[in-house]
Amino acid sequence: MEANRLTISEARRLLDSGELTATKLLEACLAQIEKADKRLRAVLTLNEAAARLAASRADERLAAGEKGSLLGIPYLAKDNLLTKGLRTTASSKILEKYVAPYNATVINKLDEAGAILLGKTNLDEFAHGGSTETSAFGPTHNPWDLTRVPGGSSGGSAAAVAADFCLFALGSDTGGSIRQPAAFCGVVGFKPAYGAVSRFGLISMTSSTDVIGPITKTVKDAALVYEVIAGADTKDANTYPGAREIGLKEDISGLRVGLPKEYYDDSLNPQIAASLEQAKNWLLAAGAVPVELSLPNTKYAIPAYYVITPSEISSNLARFDGVAWGYRSEGSGDLDHFYKKNRGFGFGPEAKRRIMLGTFSLSSGYYEAYYKKAQAVRTLINRDFADAFLECDILLVPTQPHPAFKLGEKNTDPLSMYLEDIYLTAPSLAGLPAISIPVGLMEKDGVDLPIGAQLIASLSNEGNLLSAAQALEARVAFMPLKFA
Amino acid sequence: MLDTKEVKHIADLARLELSAAEEKNYGTQLAAILDYIDLLNEADTSSVAPTIQVGQLSNVWRSDEAVSWPEDEIEMSLNSSELEGRQIKVKRVL
Repeated sequence: MEANRLTISEARRLLDSGELTATKLLEACLAQIEKADKRLRAVLTLNEAAARLAASRADERLAAGEKGSLLGIPYLAKDNLLTKGLRTTASSKILEKYVAPYNATVINKLDEAGAILLGKTNLDEFAHGGSTETSAFGPTHNPWDLTRVPGGSSGGSAAAVAADFCLFALGSDTGGSIRQPAAFCGVVGFKPAYGAVSRFGLISMTSSTDVIGPITKTVKDAALVYEVIAGADTKDANTYPGAREIGLKEDISGLRVGLPKEYYDDSLNPQIAASLEQAKNWLLAAGAVPVELSLPNTKYAIPAYYVITPSEISSNLARFDGVAWGYRSEGSGDLDHFYKKNRGFGFGPEAKRRIMLGTFSLSSGYYEAYYKKAQAVRTLINRDFADAFLECDILLVPTQPHPAFKLGEKNTDPLSMYLEDIYLTAPSLAGLPAISIPVGLMEKDGVDLPIGAQLIASLSNEGNLLSAAQALEARVAFMPLKFA
Repeated sequence: MLDTKEVKHIADLARLELSAAEEKNYGTQLAAILDYIDLLNEADTSSVAPTIQVGQLSNVWRSDEAVSWPEDEIEMSLNSSELEGRQIKVKRVL
């Protein structure tokens, strides 16, 4: 048995019955990373010694009869989540040597639950991108085809789960950064509702849309991780006490599935359109009811997002000035010059581009025309969703406009990279929970590549969202990759 | 749309030192992105207010009391700076 290939639910049963130990499970994951990460480059920092200690502690807790959904389960965390004593880089030169003094709340919660932190995964620098190619430490490769990107920004986490480096990974999603790489890598990516999970200890990108969530092998596993990491936190004033118990329902008969026409126009790859049609039919076979509807302001989601996000980035990244931590240049000069040198050298091209774009849209004379206009358009987008959810319970849409693209294919044209987020940013702007699950494969250059379907629900409707995703998953019977 | 003078001005506001090649590159790229963003002007927003908060939350308050923080975390949070006592040294401002 290759224990690293288990789902959380399968490992849970074996750990509780004593057929598997947390230590054996951990060693299987470490062996797979050792064997395969030279080709994937998904892991930036390994936490081997501390993980071994945590696994033996978990085995003691198991031996004492303790129960817990994640007790003894190894995971990887995206490297924009602070981990006490273990380097956190955000895949940026500016934080290359940074060691955080405290843990993110999600890391503490997983620690208390007995989950085992294996290490940290690669991402686009500060989570700015859709391919991991903006990482200062080089891109991660897609395990389905090493010449292709894993998606991003949580590309290291998605590739690691797809290649069985761990049983689950944490990602963060600002405008698609969990869902898109999950789709590119053929795994499940769940973006919870805005405010459902504490962001304390997440390196801030876009504070009005940032959410932490799980990347897993199954929908059930996503629910298990979510139940542990969700909940109010006094250290994040935007968290609310949400439902922690998901209560996945087997029966989804009568569930109204909305099909917004704007997400199914001619720009969608025909094979992805066919997979989505099949996904719809599977949901109908499970008893769901289709509802044709319109989200008329969909076309404004990308331009609004690429005003709001850079604006918040320019403000959030202002703290990286080289004074208290991070890269600092040597030499003389006044304080202003010192800041400019540190930031000019420390940030990569995409981070600088977004800081510039955001600074522009917040600057005197342009604020009304760009930032304020985008926030008004955001209101229209939010209203579209509110109207849609009067007619339906969940929305079924694509995750990605095409399968994983080649490394280097899009990184010279920033706008074409931004358009990767075409189906992803609107639910982020509205703060809605959304999940991507694999629903099929398409052949490209002789290689099978995964296709994702995205389900979106209203703010407090995660139960329906995950139940529908699980019903769909059962009918898809997607064959996971066995990356050797 | 964005000439070198404007790019220099934005870089200055953002406290970024850019090379001449970067200035030229960002001028072209930002102009293309802003052209695309101009699509927003087609949206009629005359009857809506800008979004300030998504979700159900309003202000979350707590009482203004100091809470203790683990000493080792305070030490670690300062460990990569130039210190004098427990104060961080910075370059001269004036």
